[in-house]
Amino acid sequence: MGAAPASRDVTSYGMGLAAPLALFFLLFFVAPLLQLLWLSLHNDTTALHWGLGQYLHFLTDPFSLSVLGSTLLLGAEVTAVCLVLGFPIAWLYQRVGPKLQTIIILIVLLPLLTSVVVRTFAWIVILGRQGIINATLQSLGIIDTPLKLLYTQFGVVLALAQVQMPLMTLPLITALGRIDPNLDDASCSLGAGSWRTFFRIVLPLALPGVIAGCTLTYAAAITAFITQSLIGGGQMLFMPMYLYQQASTLQNWPFAAAISIIFLLAVLAVVSVFTTLGRMSRGYGGA
Amino acid sequence: MSGRKRTLEAMSFELFMTAVAAIALVIIIAPSLVVLIVSFTSGFSLRFPPPGYSLRWYAELWNAWQLHFAAKNSLIVALWATGLSVGLGVAAALAISRSRALSARLLDSLFMSPLVLPALAFGLAALMLFSLVGLPVSPLTLVIGHTVVCVPYVVRNTVAALAQLEPTLLESSAVLGASRLYTFRRVVLPLIRPGIIAGAFIAFMSSFDNVPVSLFLRDAATDMLPIRMWQDLEGKLDVTIAALSGVLIIATVALVAIMERVTGLSRRLTN
Repeated sequence: MGAAPASRDVTSYGMGLAAPLALFFLLFFVAPLLQLLWLSLHNDTTALHWGLGQYLHFLTDPFSLSVLGSTLLLGAEVTAVCLVLGFPIAWLYQRVGPKLQTIIILIVLLPLLTSVVVRTFAWIVILGRQGIINATLQSLGIIDTPLKLLYTQFGVVLALAQVQMPLMTLPLITALGRIDPNLDDASCSLGAGSWRTFFRIVLPLALPGVIAGCTLTYAAAITAFITQSLIGGGQMLFMPMYLYQQASTLQNWPFAAAISIIFLLAVLAVVSVFTTLGRMSRGYGGA
Repeated sequence: MSGRKRTLEAMSFELFMTAVAAIALVIIIAPSLVVLIVSFTSGFSLRFPPPGYSLRWYAELWNAWQLHFAAKNSLIVALWATGLSVGLGVAAALAISRSRALSARLLDSLFMSPLVLPALAFGLAALMLFSLVGLPVSPLTLVIGHTVVCVPYVVRNTVAALAQLEPTLLESSAVLGASRLYTFRRVVLPLIRPGIIAGAFIAFMSSFDNVPVSLFLRDAATDMLPIRMWQDLEGKLDVTIAALSGVLIIATVALVAIMERVTGLSRRLTN
């Protein structure tokens, strides 16, 4: 009855099944990115003259460099805030009963699946001139005139940290769950205090999760263009909006392509630094 | 004496961590609650707390045909992109999950890369290619672009579900004379179905919420909901958007609750 040859491995499927998606990616993901690279290597908008003019323009223009710098800095600030706030959540998760665990995980998960525009809109309501923070401070008599919170670096970092927090917290919960709880007890019974145990035992062992969380948070924060533009306003420009303006409003496609490639390379560089750190930390904590 | 010192020290640590965790959880949940409360205001501004409560802005939403139109487009594109992602993604996951070959690992990285690369750069790149080959932007280009950025969720969740599958089950099924197709339908598929559904759900939500790809790949006639909302918010702060946000938050909570039941979503994302 058409029995398969005995040598054939019934537990795996042929690579042919990956062919449709591979072809789809080749046509609609790899080809566009190659075309982007090709266009960025032209000096004029009609793409007739080859050259590195677009890159030279970007790398010698103080304005462009400052946009790149502030974007990378923004990512670092958001990642730091997410780590400081997200780690205690993951720590608490491991110490409470299953009921509270489900509640914590759902609180963390919900924003991840709620529309980014909705989440950003919420921060406009909170940070605005008539928003909750200003209204509360004014009614308490602490301030007379509303503070400027919207359209500031503080506002953008706070809103982005909330929007990206799940990306940090979920890998941390996974990583802390893999640590043997006896290590904690052993460290304490050997005389190390809780703080020392945390910094010398728990944190190093959770390093793979920290690095995974940082990678995801960083990449998401610097590309989160809705939150950046709505909370940052017109005066604060970051790479995604810069790229959009050049492509859409100014129709300067080769320069927009060069911005994209530089931005892609910056993201890739950060991700590979984190990945290398992750590999090193696994050797350290995985034993 | 030293024992007492140690408990104080332990307490200070636990108090600190619990307090920061509590603050962080409040920061995570507060914005959604604030929007939900403001959306029931009876006034004309987004003032918090509202001067009074009413359903007037939800009634207003009922007549906002522009938003209805945009929501319908977003829903259709998200459904097509999710369908395509499941078809292509599950097949690819089957091929790469049990293979140790280098090609399988390379394909895995390729299929995952849209998750970390800036979607806006991909949107621009796709637009350039489509205009080069003379394919005008349309709902079709939207579906293609959305599928590229959504398929990683399906691949990742399906691969994770397949990794939990006992290979001996497949061997026993084959020994008992079942064909590969029969084994797939009766053994593999039922076991990995929750993983596929979880992946499809996340893919659907991320397509419905996508702005960067839609921004470049939609035509002028195809308004998408998150873009419509974004542009409304850039102009003026409209309470109707708060009501719409309320609807989206409640729908998300309901869908997550269903998915938690059907697929154990929370455990999937922390394993």
